[in-house]
Amino acid sequence: MSVVRKTTQRPRSQRSSTPELHELVSHLREQGSQLREEWARHITEARLLTSMSKDEIFAEARSIYDNYVDVLETGAVEALQAYARDLSERIIPRGVEIHEVVGIVLLLRDVLARSLFKKYRSNFTLFNKILDVYEPATNQIAITVAVGFVQERDRIIHQQQNAIRELSTPVLPVREGLLILPIVGIIDPQRARQFTEQLLQGIRANRAKVVVIDVTGVPSIDSAVANHLVLTVEAARLLGATTIVTGLSPEIARTLVTLGVDLSKMNTVCDLRGGIEEADRALGFRVARINDSSGWEKGR
Amino acid sequence: MQVPILKQGPYLIASVQAALRDADLVQLRDALTEQVGTYRTRGVIVDVTALDVLDSFACRTLSEIAGMIRLRGAQTVIVGIQPEVAFSMVQLGLKLEGVATALDLEEGLEYMNRRMKQIEQGQYE
Repeated sequence: MSVVRKTTQRPRSQRSSTPELHELVSHLREQGSQLREEWARHITEARLLTSMSKDEIFAEARSIYDNYVDVLETGAVEALQAYARDLSERIIPRGVEIHEVVGIVLLLRDVLARSLFKKYRSNFTLFNKILDVYEPATNQIAITVAVGFVQERDRIIHQQQNAIRELSTPVLPVREGLLILPIVGIIDPQRARQFTEQLLQGIRANRAKVVVIDVTGVPSIDSAVANHLVLTVEAARLLGATTIVTGLSPEIARTLVTLGVDLSKMNTVCDLRGGIEEADRALGFRVARINDSSGWEKGR
Repeated sequence: MQVPILKQGPYLIASVQAALRDADLVQLRDALTEQVGTYRTRGVIVDVTALDVLDSFACRTLSEIAGMIRLRGAQTVIVGIQPEVAFSMVQLGLKLEGVATALDLEEGLEYMNRRMKQIEQGQYE
């Protein structure tokens, strides 16, 4: 990261003034289509970007190449950073990985370097001068692209984590005095705290006497979350509500017993349906079928 | 500060108005234990709605109240613990084990009435 910062502070005039650079850039532009083809061939041979089609690779190759040469000329890293992030945003969902991105950038560097060698091999001094300009510039490009890719990936991960956390846990009043709290997804400590707060507020607002917490949709629970669940049950009791936990999978049941979590105070029922039946009993409700069950179908 | 204790039928209601010092809690405990005898009370409701905090001493004293009242032949129910207070309490391991709780005064009275009926019908817990 610090390497990228250092070079963005270099004044632009220093970059564009050398004749070697000018020479280098015009050569790369002239030989553009040839070099791009060679590069695309190397990419396929190295079995990179296998999740993209030939046409897609070709299209991206074009814009990467043009951007590459532009940055060589101007040293304007901001444009490259923006392009790298934009490119990453497109290819990460396609399953392209960082070694592929770094791989193709380095292949391009090599293809261009070979072409420079071919052109300037008779003039070793000039070739060296050109390399003096070329090498730091291309290394900077490789780093910028890699960093851009990683930053974009981190941003996506962060965004997904927030989305999961924000999956709010609804507190559903189902009958007088009965609340259902369905939990879906992975619970992290922050989410656990959030649902406890919502539950306690819900008990107060709905004057609930029984709460059914359903964890059918939770794939796994660690000891921290399990202990938090126990605390939640205790806190609910302090507000005068009994808790029934339903939907603990065999795996979670195994985990909890193995971890030695004290669940003696917790009422558990196998599934949500059973939990509601038990809650009804505790609240003094009885559900009975009335004979006329066809009222609905008659479109009333 | 003295906590006002009101008689409501067969029950005593102690309504905590503001934060209590340790001495006030002890005074409440002793007053309730005494008055259960004076009024031949069947149940005591302690309303802590106004409290933002219930520390370990307060919780211990509430447990003591329940224990003493029971020895004097009456039931206790603590009502009005706020959600935030409940959360803090359980995090500190203060569970008020063995002490009946209810959401608020209304629920507390309903609980007492149910218990009285159960006891009358001979269903001892």
